[in-house]
Amino acid sequence: MSPSHPAPARHDGPTIEAIGLRKHYGDVHALDGLDLVAPAGQVTAVLGPNGAGKTTFVKAVATLLRPDAGTLRVAGIDAIAHPEQVRRVIGLAGQNAAVEPALTGRENLVMIARLFGHRGDEARAAADVVLDEIGLTDAGDRAVKTYSGGMRRRLDLGASLVGAPRVLLLDEPTTGLDPRTRIELWESIRSLVRGGTDVLLTTQYLEEADQLADHVVIVDHGKVIATGTPSELKTLAGRDVVEVRVRDGHDLGDVAALLAPLGTEEPHVDEPARRVAIPVERGTAALTDAVRIIGERGIDLDDVGLRRPTLDEVFLTLTGHPAVEALDPETTEPSTHGAPAPHTHGAPA
Amino acid sequence: MTAPLTSPTSASARSISASIQAPARPPGVWATAATYATRTIKQFIRTPQLLVVNAVTSIMFLLIFRFVFGGAIGTGDVAYVDFLIPALAAVSGLFAGGAVGVAEDMESGLFDRLRSLPIPRPAVLLGRSIADTLLNTWGTVITLVVGVIVGFRVHGGPVAAVGALALCIVFAASFSWLMIFLGLVSGSAQAAQGMSFSVFPLIFVSSAYVPVESMPGWLQPIANNQPVTAMVGAVRALVIGGDTEALLGHSTSWFVVRSLLWSIVILVVFASLSARRFARL
Ligand SMILES: Nc1ncnc2c1ncn2[C@@H]1O[C@H](COP(=O)(O)OP(=O)(O)OP(=O)(O)O)[C@@H](O)[C@H]1O
Ligand SMILES: [Mg+2]
Repeated sequence: MSPSHPAPARHDGPTIEAIGLRKHYGDVHALDGLDLVAPAGQVTAVLGPNGAGKTTFVKAVATLLRPDAGTLRVAGIDAIAHPEQVRRVIGLAGQNAAVEPALTGRENLVMIARLFGHRGDEARAAADVVLDEIGLTDAGDRAVKTYSGGMRRRLDLGASLVGAPRVLLLDEPTTGLDPRTRIELWESIRSLVRGGTDVLLTTQYLEEADQLADHVVIVDHGKVIATGTPSELKTLAGRDVVEVRVRDGHDLGDVAALLAPLGTEEPHVDEPARRVAIPVERGTAALTDAVRIIGERGIDLDDVGLRRPTLDEVFLTLTGHPAVEALDPETTEPSTHGAPAPHTHGAPA
Repeated sequence: MTAPLTSPTSASARSISASIQAPARPPGVWATAATYATRTIKQFIRTPQLLVVNAVTSIMFLLIFRFVFGGAIGTGDVAYVDFLIPALAAVSGLFAGGAVGVAEDMESGLFDRLRSLPIPRPAVLLGRSIADTLLNTWGTVITLVVGVIVGFRVHGGPVAAVGALALCIVFAASFSWLMIFLGLVSGSAQAAQGMSFSVFPLIFVSSAYVPVESMPGWLQPIANNQPVTAMVGAVRALVIGGDTEALLGHSTSWFVVRSLLWSIVILVVFASLSARRFARL
């Protein structure tokens, strides 16, 4: 019964190429003309808040749903015309860890390996390799219901790998994990990437995109609002901000004058709070400089600190609305005050 | 509890692509169905809640009808226990948890993963049907054993007994597709549980627990012309033997042929609806 045609040939273009992708559920435009290119040989992160359309996009790439309009190529294959060929080159770890609690870790992997097309011993061998890779060899013969959340996530990641896919799709791989477990999972993902697998992952965390991805695509309301490297986007997000609170309000003017040369913009003085804030280029260096300069003048400070741009600020900068907000089509238009460096809206690299 | 952290050495980093060849061919229908069926049966056997609760409820049901309601239900020249046990065996597929299992696999994301794999998609459902039918057959055997303990006897001879069991398996296979469909459209395990109850009228407005003649006149044509009555009648006729025309109102072959036709219709309709639904979940 199995089709005997050979696996789709390798190709040289981008791993994923989406143009004008649309998918709506009733009035909700989950994908609203999404243009996205995931370059080959890289980790691409799709970054966006709840409801941005990340899962919908991953499902379209994984051929779980058919877009209403647009074109989508995965590893060079037209995913809408030939979904069955796409399934031979992808591995999916969805937003929920889809592992069977009643089976052991090894049994879970062998099951998925068989469904990728491995036979008997081949499937068991693939499961062994993957168990080793995800650090679950010792726990491999225990029922998954005894696993911690982090172990389940890693097993789920492993299950997407037993078919040695060319393209790995990870939908929010670390959501719900504690910080330490998240770092462990990052390590697992990194080591896979070093093995040469192309990865598309989604996340709500700028930090995660920063840690794992070479190429970041920010999505909101089903559209791409910015693409670039993590550092390009951070710049775009608004720079790091050095914030200083003086003990004596009379020093505000002096402090602002001292800080001005360090910043990329004029310092912002908040008199009632006795605070001076200034956006800077290189946060930590600017912070040490600020402390030194103010200290040399003998001005007393109550507080001094560095504020990093958050995902919320990225959104605020790019869209003019906070990341968490009710769906409102009027606010989806990208505002124009994004810095020109990264490619904004509809201009994939 | 935590397994050792993966060591990010370059050796291990290269191991996936170096040690695992991408499979030469995608799996076929049988490999896919057998893999998913195996997983489903293992899940059932290793989940005490499923294993024990299913057995206990069906035994309880049997005992309540046998000893509590049985005395009040007149079944003519047939002993009530001989009237009841074939019915329980014939319709057990409608009590099975297939719909809930399917909905759980949908909710957990397992179906998403399966649908991303290079498998013939309907084969997943075939695997589910095979697993549910096997598990159901096991339930039928328990029912028969407990039935014999409380007085049930086969009067139709060994060939008829084997035929009756075979029919029960056919009915279970057919109902398994109805349950798969309910599970697929339900959207959640809880809803699937509720939807499973929607088949109760089919069970109770039939000759399963009471003779149709004891129902009000307007209800009798409905009861007489629905699948459960045909199925229950077929198993009952084989098990009771003798002059079924006189005892049950129709000949054995009348019941058997009708029950098989119903099974085929149910199977074809719900298997194709389910396959279509699964492909575009
Ligand atoms: N099956 C569906 N039926 C109706 N609406 C849907 C469906 N799937 C997604 N949506 C809607 O489409 C939009 C995008 O959803 P999607 O799941 O892709 O977002 P997401 O970026 O993955 O969010 P999250 O971070 O919460 O996972 C949301 O408004 C969601 O409510
Ligand atoms: Mg999502």
